[in-house]
Amino acid sequence: MTRLLGKQPVGALFVAPYVIFLAAVFAFPLGFAVYMSFHDYFFAAPGAIVDRPFVGFANYAAVLSDAAVRQSFVNIAVFLVINVPLTVALSLVLATALNKAVRARTFFRVSYYVPYITASVAVVGVWLFLFNSNGLVNAILGPLAPDPSWLVNETLAMPTVAIYVTWKQLGFFILLYLAALQNVPKELYESAAVDGAGRFGTFWAVTMPGVRPATTLVVLLATVTGANLFTEPYLLTGGGGPDGASTSPVLLMYQRGIEQGNPDVASAIGVILVVGALLVALIQRRLLERD
Amino acid sequence: MRTASKPIRVLQFVALLLGAVLFLFPFYYMIVGSLQAEPESSPAGAFPDPGNITFGNYREIHGAIDLVSSLINSGIFTGGVILGTITLGLLAGYALARLEFRGRGAVFNTMLLIQIVPFQLLTVPLYVLIVRDYGLADSYLGMILPFAINSTAVFVFRQYFLQLPRELFEAAHIDGANEVQILLRIAVPLVKPALLTAVLLTFIGPWNEFLWPFLITKEADMQPLAVSLANYISNVSSRAANPFGAILAGSCVLAAPAVALFVALQRHFVSTNLGSSVKG
Repeated sequence: MTRLLGKQPVGALFVAPYVIFLAAVFAFPLGFAVYMSFHDYFFAAPGAIVDRPFVGFANYAAVLSDAAVRQSFVNIAVFLVINVPLTVALSLVLATALNKAVRARTFFRVSYYVPYITASVAVVGVWLFLFNSNGLVNAILGPLAPDPSWLVNETLAMPTVAIYVTWKQLGFFILLYLAALQNVPKELYESAAVDGAGRFGTFWAVTMPGVRPATTLVVLLATVTGANLFTEPYLLTGGGGPDGASTSPVLLMYQRGIEQGNPDVASAIGVILVVGALLVALIQRRLLERD
Repeated sequence: MRTASKPIRVLQFVALLLGAVLFLFPFYYMIVGSLQAEPESSPAGAFPDPGNITFGNYREIHGAIDLVSSLINSGIFTGGVILGTITLGLLAGYALARLEFRGRGAVFNTMLLIQIVPFQLLTVPLYVLIVRDYGLADSYLGMILPFAINSTAVFVFRQYFLQLPRELFEAAHIDGANEVQILLRIAVPLVKPALLTAVLLTFIGPWNEFLWPFLITKEADMQPLAVSLANYISNVSSRAANPFGAILAGSCVLAAPAVALFVALQRHFVSTNLGSSVKG
């Protein structure tokens, strides 16, 4: 009996609600999404018995031949190329500075976390105000202000969204790096000092390798967050404008799946996005863990 | 560790200060703008004129969206998620840390794996299931269901329960306490800081969540504030001549509870628990 159920089978009872939750909210929908993507799935009245034939890769073919979808994947690539390196660099540098005994440390920690804990919808309002054509940013830049302005400019819209998300999320990644910095052995810093390494040399030779597992995690989470991008382009650029230049795949999933009633096509976009994100994550991992 | 020389320390402090200004300025600007009759976007507008201060924007946004009922909806949504996470999450975290049962490793590994499944990708199937099949559109239950247990909180609980000394549990077992009693009378009182961390972490999610409640609430009187404010931003701002005052006032109302809670509890918002997963 003990061998079959373990020493304390009551534990299985304790985790049962959580396991049911994971099955119902993650596993089943994930499988359901894959199922929908291979069938002609459409909305029908609840309980109605309708035929939803298997269509093979037809939904995928529809998705891949859709210029708007291809554009959205290019957009998300632009987003990741700006957002991920910026996130890693800024959060590591700020966490290293915060990790030292500085005056007013609590104040700094709070200021860096505040954007992260605030609703995106709330801070989007003030960014719209700051970055509109007559906004404060352009008022300060004067003749240097871009024309057309930031969020309605085809080249600048996606980078502006990427900068916004970097700013918004940085607090969380600083937190992860602060934890990782606790685990870098103090002796390594001491021996670096004995060897006469400068500040930059120490950072390069001790801190960076010491927090490498955290870097892997930060890159992975920043990539996943990027793949999830929806609220920011939806609100900052009025639904992914100008002319689709800031549309994200999740935004298209919403438009195709729920607004236009094609959940099968939306699921195909989702499956491609998951597979793509996993591939990118694998490649990043390979690159980061290579010595 | 070497102590940096004085000029370098000063430089570091100045850099941190500059960064903090960049991070805090939008919040300051949000408050200032929300209190001006017509928010000024010239540099002078960043310095409020005491004679020009008004609560008119708050009245205006309250006229466009019922702030009180939106806040109540946000509160019920968030409260439901916190309740689910605390009760079911404590049970799961305790079992994963302290009880040996078949499948424990599998549950734990699944939990870690799930952190990398982007939730947004599940929105279409979840929408089909919850809205179409179960008919839970425009209901609190439908809003709460996908967030009912927060895996990060389960992880935090597990880490805290693991840190408690084994002897405590052995003694309780010898005294004949059952697992529920041990959990409620011994383990939970000892991990109060974990409870605060979990409440804080859990609060941020649903309070700030936009996509899911946006998808499943079509009736205005069921929408949380994040959704009604977003609808105001995307539908009204293109028409109104000067919509920013009202938007900024709504933003302040939406931001205030989370920021206040965070500042009050920030001591508990510590990295060690979250970061345990980072240890390499």
